[in-house]
Amino acid sequence: MSSPAAWVADHLRAAIGSLGRLSRTRVASGMTAAVLGISLALPATFLLLLQNIESTTGDWDSGAQISLFIAGGVSEEEYRALATELEQRSQVQRTEVVTPKAALEEFQGISGMEGALELLDENPLPPLIVVVPSAELDAGALDTLTGELGQLEQVDQARLDLEWVQRLHAIMELIRRGVWLVAALLAITVVLVVGNTIRLAIENRREEIVITKLIGATNAFIRRPFLYEGAWYGLGGGLLAVSLVELGRALLYGPARALSELYGTGLLLHGLGASGTFWVLASGIGLGLLGSWLAVGRHLASIEPR
Amino acid sequence: MIRFEQVSKRYPGGHQALSGLSFTVSRGEMVFLTGHSGAGKSTLLKLIPLLERPTNGQVIVAGINLSQLGQRRIPFLRRRIGMIFQDHRLLHDRTVFDNVALPLVISGLPHREIGKRVRAALDKVGLLARERVYPITLSGGEQQRVGIARAVVTRPPILLADEPTGNLDPALSEEIMRLFEQFNRVGMTTLIASHDLVLINRLQQRHLVLTEGRLVEDRPAGASA
Ligand SMILES: Nc1ncnc2c1ncn2[C@@H]1O[C@H](COP(=O)(O)OP(=O)(O)O)[C@@H](O)[C@H]1O
Ligand SMILES: [Mg+2]
Repeated sequence: MSSPAAWVADHLRAAIGSLGRLSRTRVASGMTAAVLGISLALPATFLLLLQNIESTTGDWDSGAQISLFIAGGVSEEEYRALATELEQRSQVQRTEVVTPKAALEEFQGISGMEGALELLDENPLPPLIVVVPSAELDAGALDTLTGELGQLEQVDQARLDLEWVQRLHAIMELIRRGVWLVAALLAITVVLVVGNTIRLAIENRREEIVITKLIGATNAFIRRPFLYEGAWYGLGGGLLAVSLVELGRALLYGPARALSELYGTGLLLHGLGASGTFWVLASGIGLGLLGSWLAVGRHLASIEPR
Repeated sequence: MIRFEQVSKRYPGGHQALSGLSFTVSRGEMVFLTGHSGAGKSTLLKLIPLLERPTNGQVIVAGINLSQLGQRRIPFLRRRIGMIFQDHRLLHDRTVFDNVALPLVISGLPHREIGKRVRAALDKVGLLARERVYPITLSGGEQQRVGIARAVVTRPPILLADEPTGNLDPALSEEIMRLFEQFNRVGMTTLIASHDLVLINRLQQRHLVLTEGRLVEDRPAGASA
């Protein structure tokens, strides 16, 4: 009885029919889609921002450095020799010497600092050896190495520039969890909004459901247009969310580019891209379907012809 | 085609609507069901498409014992039974054409086939010219004929009608009954609940009489009152 062609025709009819009904109540269904769009756009925006921050800070991950501040009275030949010597160690990948003069020039390059430095008679900056440890070292080994280097007599102080990376990652993890929590709450909102909308649609079409059951409609046949309705809401909300996110990005693009030029980082504010767009739409449709599925499950069974 | 064996129906709340009913309607028969209001005519009809289930006894339709028919098979039983109601039960937001097409859509018939069958059914009830209008713009008799077209469009083996002429004047009632006779002649087993005794006597068909849920008379075809 149910050939594949008939099955496809049934689905097409349900899909197009429910779309037609939605377009007849354009304002109401538009508002529902808008609620869904905003609910989807918020977590999408947060996740996108998170992703952007991660891609900007990603290359800092391996960027552990040990700064050795050279004690006063150590000559340039001496600390250059020390740098070369340290480079021989297996734990050290390479070293870099920053003379007080070079450090001062670098500082002067940073806007706003010129005035402050002109007030100083002599260069207050100590020479610096930047030690880049080999990448295999874990946090514990880095600590040990830092301690060892701090004991050297030419070295005044050794500082491991890792803490702030760790701190950044801890903060990011916290934010990530927060964002997922918000996303989960908003997903529940979407399901509830769609569920309630479909419940009303079922209530409005009670008589029609009774009559179609009376003349031999299966539950699947009756369920189908409502499920499609939920999916359409989800798709509409998803498309709206993608537009909102991209609109927001367009508005932030100028300032973000200025910022990235200032800090010499790569491009800030990547868009959703194909996969992000896919996921927003897929979550919209999935949540819409889930909402209508729940509503249909609860309310259709209770409608029986008499 | 339809067999009742010691069928009783008690509604929740305790009202005994049918008591120990037994009768058989053969394939191709046309049978009237009469009785006062509240005698149990509607209840009896509702047991056939499983709109209600009996509290006791067996109902057998086309060789299927309905007490053994699972919930999921009920739609397929109903597709083989054309049902006509006093209040028509049409969908008022759909055209006459779409109302009549509904049973075919439910059965998953191809699009071209649907158009042909719907027009054939509308032609039989004399409403071919009205296929594009909405039921609300039609008279009571015309709406009833749309209901009949919807019931017969799938060419079901069984046709049930619950007071199909209840709201119509005598001339229209007779017209409707003659329509049922035509469908019966092409082989549909037909069961009609009615209290229009004058008309029923004129039609000379088999006739079951219910009183307070009991079968009190089974008058064969051709016997006049
Ligand atoms: N759903 C129901 N619940 C309880 N009692 C009902 C229900 N339907 C019908 N009845 C009762 O069953 C009896 C028979 O009703 P019905 O079959 O409608 O009779 P008829 O169609 O001959 O007028 C009546 O007394 C009616 O009140
Ligand atoms: Mg009745």
